[in-house]
Amino acid sequence: MAYFLGLLIALAAFWLGMSGHFEPLLLGLGAASLAVTLILAYRLDILDREGVPYVRVVGFALYFPWLMKEIVKANWTVIRACLRADLDIAPTLVKLKTVCKSDLAKVTFANSITLTPGTVTVEIDGDKLLVHGLYEQDSQPEAFAEMDKRSARAIDGKGAAA
Amino acid sequence: MADLLANLQQFFEIVRYPAGSALCLAGAILCVIGTIGVMRFPDFYTRMHAASITDTSGASVILIGMALMAPDWLVVVKLVVIFWLVFLTSPTASHAVASAAHTAGLQPLIGRVGQKPDDDEGAA
Repeated sequence: MAYFLGLLIALAAFWLGMSGHFEPLLLGLGAASLAVTLILAYRLDILDREGVPYVRVVGFALYFPWLMKEIVKANWTVIRACLRADLDIAPTLVKLKTVCKSDLAKVTFANSITLTPGTVTVEIDGDKLLVHGLYEQDSQPEAFAEMDKRSARAIDGKGAAA
Repeated sequence: MADLLANLQQFFEIVRYPAGSALCLAGAILCVIGTIGVMRFPDFYTRMHAASITDTSGASVILIGMALMAPDWLVVVKLVVIFWLVFLTSPTASHAVASAAHTAGLQPLIGRVGQKPDDDEGAA
C-alpha cells in the first residue's frame, strides 16, 4: 500500500510538473492516465522496492550532495588529464568487494562509480565489482570504501553499513 | 527585510541572464574538453572516462545555466527531470558499453601510458 501511494504521489507530481495546466479536462486526462498506469503496474507486479524506490528518498537525498562533491573533484582530475601537454595516465583494473546487500544498493554503488569520471564499473558478479580506473594511484580498493559505505547506508538503511 | 528581499530579487533579475549564458558557455567548453580527451586517450576504456566528463559536468552545467534563464518554474521542473534522466541513464549506458567490451574480450591497456610521443593519437 505504501508503494502504491508512493507511485501515485510521484506520478501525480510528474504530471502536474510537466503540464502546468489546471483545467478540468487536462486534470481528468491526468487522473485517467494515472489510474491506467497504476493498474498496469499492479498487474505487472512491479509495485515493490525496486519499482517504487521512493521509500529511501531521504537516505538518497543525504547521499546526493556528497556524490556531487566527489563528481566535481573527479571531473577536475580527468579534465587536467585531458588537457595535459604530455599524456600521463596509468589505467588499471581493480577488483572490489562491496558491502551492499540489496540489488538496488549495488546498482547505486556501481552507478556512482561510473558517474565519477575516471572510474567505470566493468562487471558485477555477486558482491564483486570489476572497476576500470584512469589513474592507478587513485583507484585502489580503499578509495571506494567510503562511497561503498555511504551508498549502502543510503539504500539499505543504517544497519547494513556496519 | 522586505526591502532586502526586493533588492535581492532585482539583483537576481539583472544577473541571471549573464550568469546563465556564462554557465552554458562553460558547459559547452567542458563538452569540448571531453571530446579532446576522447581523441587523445589511447584505448577504448580510457576514452570512456573522457566521455563521462561530457555526460556529467558538461550536461549538468548547461542545465543549471538554462535553469537560471528559464522564464518560469515549469521549465525548471522539466530541466530537473532531464537532469535526473541523464543522471540515471548515462552511467547505465557507460556500464553497458564497458561490460559489452569486456565480455567480447577487449583487453584494456594497463600501466603507465605517455611520456613518449604517440604515433597515431598524437595527430589528434
